[in-house]
Amino acid sequence: MLDHLAYEAPAPKVIAGAKEDWELVIGMEVHAQVASKAKLFSGASTQFGAEPNSNVAFVDAAMPGMLPVINEFCVEQAVRTGLGLKAEINLTSAFDRKNYFYPDLPQGYQISQLYHPIVGEGEIIVDMGPGVARKVRVERIHLEQDAGKSIHDMDPNKSFVDLNRTGVALMEIVSRPDIRGPEEAAAYVTKLRQILRYLGTCDGNMQEGSMRADVNVSVCRPGQYEKYMETQDFGHLGTRCEIKNMNSMRFIQMAIDVEARRQIAILEDGGEIVQETRLYDADKNETRSMRSKEEAHDYRYFPCPDLMPLEIEQGWVDDIAASLPELPDEKMARFVKDFGLSEYDAGVLTAEAENAAYFEQVAKGRDGKLAANWVINELFGRLKKEDHGITESPVSPAQLGSIIELISADTISGKIAKELFEIVYTEGGDPAQIVEERGMKQVTDTGAIEAAVDQIIADNPAQVEKAQANPKLAGWFVGQVMKATGGKANPKAVNQLVSRKLGL
Amino acid sequence: MTELNKLTIAAARDALKAGDVTSVELTRACLTEIDAADALGAFVHKTPDLALEQAAAADTRIKAGDAPDMCGIPLGIKDLFCTKGVNSQAASAILNGFRPEYESTVSQNLLDAGAVMLGKLNMDEFAMGSSNETSVYGNAVNPWKVDGRNLTPGGSSGGSASAVAADLCLAATGTDTGGSIRQPAAFTGITGIKPTYGRCSRWGIVAFASSLDQAGPMTKDVRDAAIMLEAMCGHDPKDSTSADLPVPNFEAMLTGDIKGKVIGIPREYRMDGMPAEIEKLWSDGSAMLKDAGAEIRDISLPHTKYALPAYYVIAPAEASSNLARYDGVKYGHRAKLAAGDGINDMYEKTRAEGFGDEVQRRVMVGTYVLSAGFYDAYYNRARRVRNLIKRDFETVFAEGVDAILTPATPSAAFGLGEMADADPVKMYLNDVFTVTVNLAGLPGISVPAGLDAQGLPLGLQLIGRPWEEGDLLNFAQVLEDRAGFVAKPAKWW
Repeated sequence: MLDHLAYEAPAPKVIAGAKEDWELVIGMEVHAQVASKAKLFSGASTQFGAEPNSNVAFVDAAMPGMLPVINEFCVEQAVRTGLGLKAEINLTSAFDRKNYFYPDLPQGYQISQLYHPIVGEGEIIVDMGPGVARKVRVERIHLEQDAGKSIHDMDPNKSFVDLNRTGVALMEIVSRPDIRGPEEAAAYVTKLRQILRYLGTCDGNMQEGSMRADVNVSVCRPGQYEKYMETQDFGHLGTRCEIKNMNSMRFIQMAIDVEARRQIAILEDGGEIVQETRLYDADKNETRSMRSKEEAHDYRYFPCPDLMPLEIEQGWVDDIAASLPELPDEKMARFVKDFGLSEYDAGVLTAEAENAAYFEQVAKGRDGKLAANWVINELFGRLKKEDHGITESPVSPAQLGSIIELISADTISGKIAKELFEIVYTEGGDPAQIVEERGMKQVTDTGAIEAAVDQIIADNPAQVEKAQANPKLAGWFVGQVMKATGGKANPKAVNQLVSRKLGL
Repeated sequence: MTELNKLTIAAARDALKAGDVTSVELTRACLTEIDAADALGAFVHKTPDLALEQAAAADTRIKAGDAPDMCGIPLGIKDLFCTKGVNSQAASAILNGFRPEYESTVSQNLLDAGAVMLGKLNMDEFAMGSSNETSVYGNAVNPWKVDGRNLTPGGSSGGSASAVAADLCLAATGTDTGGSIRQPAAFTGITGIKPTYGRCSRWGIVAFASSLDQAGPMTKDVRDAAIMLEAMCGHDPKDSTSADLPVPNFEAMLTGDIKGKVIGIPREYRMDGMPAEIEKLWSDGSAMLKDAGAEIRDISLPHTKYALPAYYVIAPAEASSNLARYDGVKYGHRAKLAAGDGINDMYEKTRAEGFGDEVQRRVMVGTYVLSAGFYDAYYNRARRVRNLIKRDFETVFAEGVDAILTPATPSAAFGLGEMADADPVKMYLNDVFTVTVNLAGLPGISVPAGLDAQGLPLGLQLIGRPWEEGDLLNFAQVLEDRAGFVAKPAKWW
């Protein structure tokens, strides 16, 4: 089986400073909320948009004496994600406490996995266009608890806390610094989101905060990155800054660009970059330091004594591996190979698993390229107009397949097919029957077409003369015939007849 | 029947089953004693109405037949246990007025068995202390007195020890992180067992040091400890460190037969400057076990001397994290804030007001040993020491030792206030014989074995193999039988 189509690495983004050229080096930490109905260490619901503080178990509120108990389903999703990223699964992992004070962190610590994460090295192939992709190494994935939400703008003197999110399971997916530009960074998140959605381990809803990225940005002179790759010595790279909590593809790109330019300006000025966490302000398009040095956190990580090391069995991992769906890279390669699609079309169709599944039902046993055109151009276009997803499509794969069959069999013309599609879309029904009942069949009866051609030639002697002088103008006659036959004439037959009658 | 409050659990059980007494009568007797014993400072929240209600229910259950052994037995519950609807404050100002919406698994197990809760018992704040002097309620007092001086009942389960020794209840729950059951038991002439780590669920017990904390019974004799432990322990899916093992009938294992068993006497526990009477108590204990047919063997636990420092790194480290939740945001005490105070001011003021000196000291020590740059030198090294201590025990057990005999404490109870100006480390030395057991996760029991020259009780400690509490209790029973400790404090309260 072909895992991925052949590709070449893209060129890194180069920013010209005032004095010299600089390259970008980017690493990402993506927090993906595990698609689980219950929290990581409690049975409380994870439902989005619930009444504040209604999804809170005693342990989430850090009531005295309450203890965490691991949610096996969340562990399974992390393993599944690791397998989907072709990563090492650690049969023994452990939980640590990350200690800091904040009102939306009731325990005063977050339970995370610093020392022994559940998933080790993996990779993501980030597509940057047909035949171009970046292989980004994943360093690790660990499970951790989310914090709650502090609300500061409801009252001039008080802050409020909502613990609904507290304790929700997150997978932190940490990449190596293999991303080389803002577009690649956005594409990385897109691809990761796509894989997670294929796996069903995260819904990828960035607006609801199901996926958030911390972006590590540094700049270096050309050639330095290659030295890093050779030695894995970070000394060859620049000092990085971490931009926290990004949840929009557009802002990720803008933040990286503006942060890189800030660093370049400092470096070219003879200054030094201070390693720190920064926030991106979209309104001002700038990044700002989040906290001063004296407030620098010392998280005092240590193994969480309330939880035993997490031991999982290879057999269980194997069972999960056996249940993995076909992933985007493989699906895309197969679509190209089996249906003869372009990489571009295959990419569009595999962006979402539901779209790909729909397409496959339409294409099965039919003309794959034609099916791809219809799904992408007609169906997606029409759905987009009404802001609908594929699952809301009023046209079933069987109906669209039937339309394509009618085209392939020359029963209807492409133009009529579009009308037919609109009827099926708005009214429903069996396409073949609609064609029959509404007389939409293509006229292939040459006698009828011939009569129409003769009539038009007879009515337009001036045009005949012009066309005979310039054969390109024969198209005008074809158009007139189509008009006269209500679009039902077989265009091929009309073309032939017009040419013959005009003596071209 | 007179003085029902002085009964053991076993005697009360038999009398209840025989219909000679009711739980309501037992409970009333205890409640009367409790009301007359405020000078002991043992009960800090009394729940007489609840107790009588539970006692009446127990009587119904006993009448219906087939009631568990603990049914109708009036108990005191350490303030560290969360008890539904009843103040549960870990003897701290920061949990002032805290009434949980839930019942700890251990106390629920006891309630399910029909036990009666008389009220909550005094303790050191967050179980940090060896004298019950760090309590927000004021200290509990030892019913034993010398020269009219008030003595400490030990700590942290000082209220539990005092209440049981003074017959205010038939038994009490305690918790033991570094000796908090065994040391007060020794100071007050009662029996206290800390079971194997994982035997009792920690769910609903206010956490001090999670990897060391264990609940256990504090009782008038070994048989009662066996009966009550069986009711307290058992697997709890709500505590990930709770062991999924069957709970044996511990009482049935009290055969008194220890012939051919091997008792280890660890040479490292013979401390410099150890009082002669402790030495003598220890050798007497060893002679008693030998007399009962056990083989006495000198053994070595070479890493013992590192135990106390390791303990005073690990326990505060975990405590500093466990106590972070007491921040004034969600429940308990919140400091009054001045205009313009921010969240950090709220934390600082709340915790400064809410935590006593000893708790603050340990939170600071724990924060320090976990901080960047010191973690390896302190916390990680302490963890390695802990593993070595554990291995010391594993080695001697593998060599055929069935239990280990040591003194329970380096001295008898000392005077309240006596250590007030001393270096805190001097207080920590109280735990020198007991902390190894917590670090290794083993079961340990303290049995009263004699009186010192002043007439104060002294205890011996037996340390058992993991999960072999039954055998351990049997050794303790032999010691109890041969020591014949029957002394009681003269009632002065």
